[in-house]
Amino acid sequence: MVDPELQTVPRDRLAAACRTLAGRTGSRLASVVVTDERSFSDAFTIHYVFSLPKDHRYACVAADLPGKDPCFASLTPFVPGASLFEREAREFFGLVPLGHPDPRPLLLHELWPQGTHPLRRDFKAPALPAASPSAAYAFQRVGGEGVFEIPVGPVHAGIIEPGHFRFSVAGEPIINLELRLGWVHKGIEKHAEGRNLPEALRLAERVSGDASFSHGLAFCQAAERIAGAQVPPRARWLRAVFGELERLYNHLGDIAGIATDVGFPFGAAQMLLLRERVLQRNGALCGHRLLRGVLRPGGVVMDLSGPAAAELKAFLARLLADFTEVERLYLETDSLMDRVEGTGAVSKRVAEDLGAVGPAARASGVDEDLRRDQPYAAYAELGVQAQVREEGDVAARMLVKAAEFRESVSLISRALDLMPEGPCSAELGAPPSGSALGWAESPRGEVLHWLALDAQGRVSRLKVKSPSFSNWPLLNWAVQGNIVPDFPLINKSFNLSYSGNDR
Amino acid sequence: MFSILRRNLKTGRVTVPVTAGPAGEHELVGAELKSKVARLLGGRSLHVREVDAGSCNGCELEITGLSTPTYDIERFGVHFVASPRHADVLLVTGPVTRQMALALAKTYEAAPEPRIVIASGDCAVDCGVFAGSYAVAGPVESFIPVDIKIKGCPPSPMTILRALLAACDRLPR
Repeated sequence: MVDPELQTVPRDRLAAACRTLAGRTGSRLASVVVTDERSFSDAFTIHYVFSLPKDHRYACVAADLPGKDPCFASLTPFVPGASLFEREAREFFGLVPLGHPDPRPLLLHELWPQGTHPLRRDFKAPALPAASPSAAYAFQRVGGEGVFEIPVGPVHAGIIEPGHFRFSVAGEPIINLELRLGWVHKGIEKHAEGRNLPEALRLAERVSGDASFSHGLAFCQAAERIAGAQVPPRARWLRAVFGELERLYNHLGDIAGIATDVGFPFGAAQMLLLRERVLQRNGALCGHRLLRGVLRPGGVVMDLSGPAAAELKAFLARLLADFTEVERLYLETDSLMDRVEGTGAVSKRVAEDLGAVGPAARASGVDEDLRRDQPYAAYAELGVQAQVREEGDVAARMLVKAAEFRESVSLISRALDLMPEGPCSAELGAPPSGSALGWAESPRGEVLHWLALDAQGRVSRLKVKSPSFSNWPLLNWAVQGNIVPDFPLINKSFNLSYSGNDR
Repeated sequence: MFSILRRNLKTGRVTVPVTAGPAGEHELVGAELKSKVARLLGGRSLHVREVDAGSCNGCELEITGLSTPTYDIERFGVHFVASPRHADVLLVTGPVTRQMALALAKTYEAAPEPRIVIASGDCAVDCGVFAGSYAVAGPVESFIPVDIKIKGCPPSPMTILRALLAACDRLPR
């Protein structure tokens, strides 16, 4: 099976073809996927995947790069959102993006020997510590009188994942923030290679713990597309229900985090009580609080009985009533709203240029939601309203999530009413070799899995693009001119996943 | 705000006994933990420093849950601290990635003795689904001495609470 939207061009026309696609209205570079085909054709293939929400599709431009001289013209000078993807291609495959403005590595740290390219097929894990480690990472320095640096992490003060932040400040305001991530890089894409679908699904569910279902779903949909399999209608509806349950607990936790970081623990406690109720409900429904193990390629492993569905509806009605009350508490608390309004603003232009996704993009006026634009599961039948605001500040991100919480409750309730009867799963059979994209709108935004299977039905390439990978660069822009004490608040308003980014 | 306070008064206590185990079990474990903490630490709390050495963040999600009103772990005298310098216990999650191994070792060095280490979750115990990846260096015990191991993907709040009780047994009398 060949992905229908694929356009293959010669290497010297790659950048031009990409720029044509990038120039279309609403176009966003969603991912860059490299595959090592040297054992078949002595070449690497690089795919630029664009999201075209107005056309309700993804489009892909691909070019072969000779294995001996894998260079290509960088797209980054024209499409800033390409920067991290091309750095990743250089690091993990040894490709050479000519004209890329940033020569530094992205996820791999100094301890690896120079020339480590883990996703090449002939890669052998080196013995560490390396005899000749890579050069030290060059942080961007800000000079001038009174400018000093604050290094933070990788081990942070809270119960949170590791990452390194380096602030350049003059007094309180932040002049520049640099992120150094990669600490929890687990080599998931390489580790998935050679595995069968159920094994690889277990990995996909563990890319980012709080988006287990969304990553699993994107993975399953890619596998089903390769196999040309039809998922039974009831399974598609159940997938929408579980996807929205994941959004519910995430958004509640995110909103609670805002209250915590402005020093309003009463508000946080009220919101976290609601989150715990959703987690417990998830556990009661499917046996796992984070919804792991619910999915299988071809459908879902469990059905929702009539009484369970009725109970879930009653539960959601109570949850929404309580949420409304706590939400009002937030909006009426001046000490909270004063801190969040106008703080950490990201303009629509920046969000679009960097390829932002999810609630963070929608809070800056980017009207995009995969559930509406490229519907999967049962979202075409359900009909989703994208929640968009213009301000782009911490308050906007919080309010978009609050609005999405309400939308999710309503989606689940409608799904429970309208869900057709029938089987919950179909056999996939032996999938043919081929590749396809799978996507899902996770609580943080677009999850994109590019899956390629070999003739034995084993994974030959899995490229995972998490929404956090798209959105981390926004943070650099959001904090500029803000004061250091507002950093945790701004960071929390994005609540990005380090593990999703590092994989 | 007053409507919520009024509702809270009417609702009464929401804190467990929870569905997380046999009825009342959480309270029993907690009461035992509280008396041990009081006896062994002479009036102060048991200080726990959480370290993510490579987790997918599922473990962190459940550990933060311990501080919500539902589990309210602080009432038993357990306090999560910001620095390893203040820690009696290191609660370590994740398979240790190659890139976190040094930071984990330094965090351990920074903690005062006797630093009790809990390897929390399948990944911390044996690398879980990530075992064998080039980027994963090994389970927690291959880098720092581990006192207590707990399984789960992720471990439930109750399981973590039990592990903390066991950690108290390792404190000097």
